[in-house]
Amino acid sequence: MEKKGITLVVQGRFEKIFPDQLARDVEAAFGRQVLVVPFTHDILPYFDAARKQYDANRLLKLIHTEYSAGSFKTIGLFQVDLFIPILTYIFGQAQYNGSTGIASVYRLRNEQYGMPGDEKLLYERFRKVVIHELGHTFGLIHCHVPVCVMRPGTYVEDIDQKNHWFCNKCSSELETAFNNHS
Amino acid sequence: MKTSISILIVDDEESVRDSLYNWFIEDGYEVDCAANAKEALTKIESGKFDIILSDIKMPGMDGLEMHRRIKAFDSSAIVIVMTAFASVETAVQALKDGAFDYITKPFDPDDLSHLIRNAARQISLRNENETLKNKIITLENIEDIVGNSDGMIRVLKEVENVAVSNSSVIITGESGTGKELIARAIHSNSPRKFFPLVTVHCGALSEDLLESELFGHEKGAFTGAMFNRKGRFEMADGGTVFLDEIATISMKMQIELLRVLESKTFTRVGGNKEIKSDFRIICATNKDLKKMVADGSFREDLYYRLNVVNIAIPPLRERKEDIPVMVNYFIKKYCTSMSRDLITIDQAAMQRLEEYHFPGNVRELENMIERAIVVGNGKEIRLKDLPLETNMVTDSNDSLDELEKKYIQKTLEKYDWNISRSAKALQIDRVTLYNKIKKYQLSSPKR
Repeated sequence: MEKKGITLVVQGRFEKIFPDQLARDVEAAFGRQVLVVPFTHDILPYFDAARKQYDANRLLKLIHTEYSAGSFKTIGLFQVDLFIPILTYIFGQAQYNGSTGIASVYRLRNEQYGMPGDEKLLYERFRKVVIHELGHTFGLIHCHVPVCVMRPGTYVEDIDQKNHWFCNKCSSELETAFNNHS
Repeated sequence: MKTSISILIVDDEESVRDSLYNWFIEDGYEVDCAANAKEALTKIESGKFDIILSDIKMPGMDGLEMHRRIKAFDSSAIVIVMTAFASVETAVQALKDGAFDYITKPFDPDDLSHLIRNAARQISLRNENETLKNKIITLENIEDIVGNSDGMIRVLKEVENVAVSNSSVIITGESGTGKELIARAIHSNSPRKFFPLVTVHCGALSEDLLESELFGHEKGAFTGAMFNRKGRFEMADGGTVFLDEIATISMKMQIELLRVLESKTFTRVGGNKEIKSDFRIICATNKDLKKMVADGSFREDLYYRLNVVNIAIPPLRERKEDIPVMVNYFIKKYCTSMSRDLITIDQAAMQRLEEYHFPGNVRELENMIERAIVVGNGKEIRLKDLPLETNMVTDSNDSLDELEKKYIQKTLEKYDWNISRSAKALQIDRVTLYNKIKKYQLSSPKR
């Protein structure tokens, strides 16, 4: 079966506009039809009591095995704080040149840093993280163009500095990836 | 950004290996993993890794022992140890044994990126240092100046005399005569030789670029000036600036240059701080600067400021006696660099080179020899290996008989004295060719 669309798997309750708006923006960024589906599993087994965070590696595997069938690319959108064993936290991660990624909105909220909430800014940040991780699934590596969405970001300020679109070089690599997949 | 830095991750926990692998792959590094020290050492022995990121506590051989073994056969390897809080003391021991750094698990993403960036910078600096050292050796090597002719002996004598002084020098000569080599020779024999020789090819840069190149610029001085940058004059502090193709600089740059030469101070583009630099200036040109001064395209005051000493390199056609020694020098140079046995040149080919007028001078001769070694039979350079396409008639004062003799000789050599093929090429029959050979007393060198 030909796999064409991108699936957004939504965990928890996001701000009202998020999933639909994100679906439109992801569709615009990658030119693929986007489907939004709910995350139907229990998330508690993925909680690590010692770290008080959720295991991103296991969640990535779950999304891949349970939600990615029939999709070209699948990305899990989480409300919870994610970690991988080596890092204190992550905003998201993806299978490099694979089909699945995950992203978390948890550390993107202004409230995490003692500032008043800003829904619009939160959405902008989340959109960039999602597009960035999907970029990795298309084989894009981190880019050093300051405003490119593929520029790596450790802090929310880094995410705020970049745009939600690809630089010329990454766009052209994405184009090549599209052609290879089609 | 793809980098050529390769990283080996050594950790017994699969999840750690996988996470690090993904992290570095997404950063564009070449990554490999090993589950224990033994596997890591096997991989390191069979392939080069720039950075080894290793856990300390592993079953079997621990990270510290592995680190010591790595350092024993690759002292340049950068080893970063990963440790849990409980084992910081062992990490300190690893540092004492020469590890680059250590990081405690779990890492802050930024710490990991910084650590790898620092290691990558160290590798890049080490490579750069190596390249520069080699370059310095090359710069000091003035053996490339070859020649026994009166003209070259005079030039070398002038180099020797002028090197010890601080005077500005203009080197003149046709394209390909080796002006840059002479500039290097002056620098290498001067008291400034331990400081940089900074070369600027003025003809290759636009006015604005040249200004920024020579004087440097401040961050934000113009679009794209993202960082402060030192100019060539600043870099050459204590050394020599070599301005090649000086005749190509604009009037505006001539004024700026004059001011700098007189005050030895300047400001960076977009800056206001005066910078002092102590450098000697050597210029080169293939143009007649005096004529340019006369027609107003080169400033007279700058000309006299630069032209304290003038070294004129004669063209190769005026020192043909240098050709054999140069040919042998270039044969040796290229056979060595191509790891080939030393070859010779046959008499006819050498004679032809001596007759040639070399519009491209030494550079042309050097390229010719290099090409001949590449395309030749590997034993000797023959006439047919030389790309001499000149018209024998216009380049020669020989009589018709002499020309015919030479042309027949050249053709015979080209076809290894195969009479039938030579006759066919000359469009004469074999008998006529035999008669001509007899008439001109030509003989094969093999006989």
